Amino acid sequence: MERIDIHPTHTYGEFKLRAGRPLPFGATRVEGGINFSISSRHASSCTLVLFKKRQSEPMAEIPFPDEFRIGNVFAMVVFGLGYENIEYGFRMDGPYNPQEGHRFDPAKILLDPYAKVIGGRDLWRVQPDWNDIYQHRGRMVFDDFHWESDRPLEIPIEDMIIYEMHVRGFTRHPSSGVKHPGTFAGIREKIPYLKELGINCIELMPIFEFDEFENSRTHPATGELLLNYWGYSQVGFFAPKAGYAATGKFSMQVDELKALIQDLHNNGIEVFLDVVFNHTAEGNENGPTISFRGIDNQSYYMLTPEGYYYNFSGTGNTLNCNNPMVRNMVLDCLRYWAAEYHIDGFRFDLASILGRDPWGAPLSNPPLLENLAFDPILAKCKLIAEAWDAGGLYQVGSFPSYGRWAEWNGKYRDTVRKFLKGDMGQVGEMAQRIQGSPDLYWWRGPSASINFITAHDGFTLADLVSYNQKHNEANGENNNDGSNDNDSWNCGWEGPTDDPEINALRCRQIKNAVAFLMVSQGVPMIVMGDEIGRTQQGNNNAYCHDNELSWMDWTLLKSNADLFRFFKNCIAFRKAHAVLRNRTHLRNQDYVGSGYPDISWHGVRAWQPDWSGASRILAFMLCGAHANGGQHQDNYIYVALNMHWETHLFELPELPQRMQWHVFANTIMPPPEDIWKPGSEPWLEDQQQFLVGSRSAVILVGK
Amino acid sequence: MEINVKSSGQVTLVEMAGDIDSNTAPQAHERILPLVQPAAKILLDMSGVEYMSSAGLRMLLSMYRQVSRQNGGIVLVGLAEEIKDTMSVTGFLNFFTIRDTVDEGLKALG
Repeated sequence: MERIDIHPTHTYGEFKLRAGRPLPFGATRVEGGINFSISSRHASSCTLVLFKKRQSEPMAEIPFPDEFRIGNVFAMVVFGLGYENIEYGFRMDGPYNPQEGHRFDPAKILLDPYAKVIGGRDLWRVQPDWNDIYQHRGRMVFDDFHWESDRPLEIPIEDMIIYEMHVRGFTRHPSSGVKHPGTFAGIREKIPYLKELGINCIELMPIFEFDEFENSRTHPATGELLLNYWGYSQVGFFAPKAGYAATGKFSMQVDELKALIQDLHNNGIEVFLDVVFNHTAEGNENGPTISFRGIDNQSYYMLTPEGYYYNFSGTGNTLNCNNPMVRNMVLDCLRYWAAEYHIDGFRFDLASILGRDPWGAPLSNPPLLENLAFDPILAKCKLIAEAWDAGGLYQVGSFPSYGRWAEWNGKYRDTVRKFLKGDMGQVGEMAQRIQGSPDLYWWRGPSASINFITAHDGFTLADLVSYNQKHNEANGENNNDGSNDNDSWNCGWEGPTDDPEINALRCRQIKNAVAFLMVSQGVPMIVMGDEIGRTQQGNNNAYCHDNELSWMDWTLLKSNADLFRFFKNCIAFRKAHAVLRNRTHLRNQDYVGSGYPDISWHGVRAWQPDWSGASRILAFMLCGAHANGGQHQDNYIYVALNMHWETHLFELPELPQRMQWHVFANTIMPPPEDIWKPGSEPWLEDQQQFLVGSRSAVILVGK
Repeated sequence: MEINVKSSGQVTLVEMAGDIDSNTAPQAHERILPLVQPAAKILLDMSGVEYMSSAGLRMLLSMYRQVSRQNGGIVLVGLAEEIKDTMSVTGFLNFFTIRDTVDEGLKALG
């Protein structure tokens, strides 16, 4: 029997209407029509604006009848609308009083904050019509994807190896050889490459709709068009970036992205999204009115007592994340991505902002973070915080975690970089970082620590060992942007050089770095292209470059084949050894009766680590009988790190009877003897001692 | 859009021409659905179709589901390169047997 509420009750011009349902928010297909629902606490009235797809003038404007409002929600069903060929927006009327926080302007057509598809920037880098009265246009979504039996993979977090990636940058370079460069489809073509490398998670830099033309400008000297290439500035939180889809011109980005995720899952690779809930693309009072500002400025943004925008994000405004209504939107959004897109995890940009109250003060029990941690739909998603913000809140080690949140461990990055370039006073802290930072995460376990040396922010790994200073002139800001605290070392010459010794040292330092990363407890993350020596020519903030500076140059895979091989084998080694991926912290004790502590520390003499300030040497051994809290039997692993500029002879700790040391990696050796395929490590002739070259790392396997 | 239905032995041959989008997909669906009998073999000749929207692709997948449920077979022939590409990129192509010509399609259903 058909429902009795599928018939219109009202008429407006040629349109048949009916009171809508407030939930779900946004535009939803219902029998015979579309249910539109939008809330505003302070609007006095609301009008639905309908366009035929890509038309400059609206085809209709339908005011919400007063009786269609429930609470603060305007909800209406419009019958007989074509689902695929319309665009919709809203006009909101209400007070214009910036000091009170209100900026209503019924002249503006506003994007639905819950829009699932957003048109207006359908093709990347195609100049929009700036005279268009409605720049970012809400469209309907088909949310009936053919998922078959797919669902998020739920790989244990301690087993993850994360690969941070820019969707466009990964395959836009002509050398990528894919059919659709710079798109979701392009990534899909490169799945075999990702599998060969061995990572099991890609973390996508922002893919929610943004405007690459936001603050676009021409570099005065080079003439280069500088764009918002990274996209850390969201127009809407529910829609994937159309310009990242080969099928964006057909508005099929939703299906294309889902097909990518499905295929990645079929290949054992999870998908994390870098989500930016700390601010929006509307900027401060001088920015454009796209959506939130015109719908309910006072609710959506953190405002000063004078009605100006707080700027904890460093980008002009701050989303009011702990306003209960905004909090619900964030929760709805993440639930949507987890349920509808099968996203496996989220990395929260400047997450500390999410823990501030509406006036900016840090909360001890932030409701939003708590909600996310205990939400049933997000229950198996990995939640990762960038545990600081641009307002000075730094919470690495103290981010409110509820036993669920992991953190980008900025201290891992800083310590490893200093140790790598031979700074003194780092050995003690390095021991903490190698153990998964129990000093920071003592009750949360090592998997709370996302270990990384490089990320999209800052130098690439190749640049970290090639530049002492940032070189951001190409950004057109007189080299004032980007961090000055890079802890980098150029190995003797600033930038590219023909000096074979310097180049060999740089190559070794890159290998040392990835070796540290893969033998540390916690969750390693590498950034796209580091495995083939990608350079940004010393630019440590390439957010505005949609060009070869940012794109991954696939010819490096050939010229730096040895680096790729080193990364690949390091990753395989980590995956082969449970002793490197403990779920709980090491205890520095023997609690299984093997005769060895789970981790033991050594120096040039076995069992005698040198913790002194001048030491640049650290060695440790992981006892295979203690793998995963003693539940698994693994090999013994010995790692010697010599960041001194001289060669040192290391005495090796004695293995249990019938075990022998084998060499897995020795970064001072030229390829192919720098690293071996896990399982094929050659037996070591001298079982008593090992000569570890200057600034190099050695990894042995006892079996 | 235009739809012609013919029989070729055991196979029902459906020739489609024009654009398939949210305006035309429902009528195509309505026309083809009655052909889906138990163990039906359906060959969709798409050589006259220049554009298929999201709704059009959904209509195809819906046909596929109904044919499969009745233990039938469905084969697409004459797909324009761009449509095939869109289907590939969005994963729709995974469900279908594709052939270049009607003859090859008949063979595939045989």
